[in-house]
Amino acid sequence: MLNLCVKDIHKRFGALEVLKGVSLNAQAGDVISIIGSSGSGKSTLLRCINFLEQPDAGTVSLNGEEIRMITHRFGHRVPADHKQLLRLRTRLGMVFQHFNLWAHMTALENVAEGPVHVLGLPRAEALRRARLYLDKVGLEGIEGKYPAHLSGGQQQRVAIARALAMEPDVLMFDEPTSALDPELVGEVLKVMQKLAGEGRTMIVVTHEMGFARDVSSHVIFLHNGRIEEEGAPDRLLDESRSERLKQFLSTVRK
Amino acid sequence: MIDLIQTYWKSYLWSDGFALTGLAMTLWLLVLSCALGFVLAIPLAIARTSRNPWLWRPVWLFTFVFRGTPLFVQLLMIYSGFAGIRFIRHSPLLWSFFRSGFDCVIVSFVVNTCAYTTEIFAGAIRATPYGEIEAGQAIGMSRATLYRRVILPSSLRRSLPAYSNEVIFMLHSTSVAFTATVPDLLKVAVDVNAATFMTFQAYGIAAIIYLGVTFLLVGLFRRAERRWLGHLQPQTAQASPAPKEQPC
Repeated sequence: MLNLCVKDIHKRFGALEVLKGVSLNAQAGDVISIIGSSGSGKSTLLRCINFLEQPDAGTVSLNGEEIRMITHRFGHRVPADHKQLLRLRTRLGMVFQHFNLWAHMTALENVAEGPVHVLGLPRAEALRRARLYLDKVGLEGIEGKYPAHLSGGQQQRVAIARALAMEPDVLMFDEPTSALDPELVGEVLKVMQKLAGEGRTMIVVTHEMGFARDVSSHVIFLHNGRIEEEGAPDRLLDESRSERLKQFLSTVRK
Repeated sequence: MIDLIQTYWKSYLWSDGFALTGLAMTLWLLVLSCALGFVLAIPLAIARTSRNPWLWRPVWLFTFVFRGTPLFVQLLMIYSGFAGIRFIRHSPLLWSFFRSGFDCVIVSFVVNTCAYTTEIFAGAIRATPYGEIEAGQAIGMSRATLYRRVILPSSLRRSLPAYSNEVIFMLHSTSVAFTATVPDLLKVAVDVNAATFMTFQAYGIAAIIYLGVTFLLVGLFRRAERRWLGHLQPQTAQASPAPKEQPC
């Protein structure tokens, strides 16, 4: 049974302690939204889960398998087993704020890249899978286009297809709509909503309160590197107890 | 002038009847040194951009020395200088290699173009958008896969315009080969001048041939850029979505 368990993550950048012990738990089908003002550590938390940032303390385990860490010289903690880390990353899909598509590959090649060169699928099978997921995010017919020739919303949907093509256990979204023009936000949110409806496990860092309320099963409010409040979306967003959350909600709702 | 062309055109283009000469020799020098320089520059550029000082410092020194000294001096040191080093003279293998003018020319050309190419590629590697590297890491690529599939394809494409300059400079640099007795295009011109005293015509023909090759190289690289840098160019009205053949 799918279980992503993140325990007591600490992360500091120099003198700035960005995460002061954050834990979260995702079971199959959970859609967890992480909200909070800028600088609260939302993105850093997400990046610590797949070790794009190395947490200074805390553990990440997927389906009971914990990522082993060792202390490097100069005191950094790094994953002990690189193979194990790569395996974890193939199980955690990541969608970035700025899409981060590979500019020299077409949309189809971007999506087929992981299946061919990371999972080792035969080319034909990977291309079939890539077309399937491009169709799923509503992008039939743009297979041969390069990212620079696509709109932001299309690029982000290609990035979602790229993450999906790895058939990961958990999909992580790092502010997926923050870099988009307002009229393009809807198409990306609609795709995410559809994925949530299929029962996929998702962790979403977002500023879209509508999405957090309507789609997620659990909302976490981060403030200054700590979980200030968390719970079911209706309860959290309508009957928030923390002053900070009330204040935050009043600013984003304006 | 007509007489001169009728007598020497074969020597200018490919052969004086005994050996490869003129344009053919110049192109052979160019292709061989650029190909070897290119292949060696890729691992060196990766080392040059490494964070490990044991890797980047030696490469930095190599590119500094060979970009900081004239190619002609490098050739003279290898072709004339090595012959005076006892160790080389007394090693049968080394001596049979460095006795040949052609070998010395190739070594100095390869080392020289490799130094420049390394810096061009290293610059392009540093300019890889960091998000593209993170996307590769996030999908579970190993370091080797990341280089092979993301960093190198993207940086080699990006370095095409600068690299085309390097190849054209290299074409012009091949003209120092004649000082090491290699019968390249300039050597033919020197010999024709000595035989006919038609100095302007003898060198003029060589100049026109160099110009023609440069023109072809520019065209070739323009095609290459259209093919491999198409992903960065604005789409035109009739541009097909297929990345392959595009009309020129």
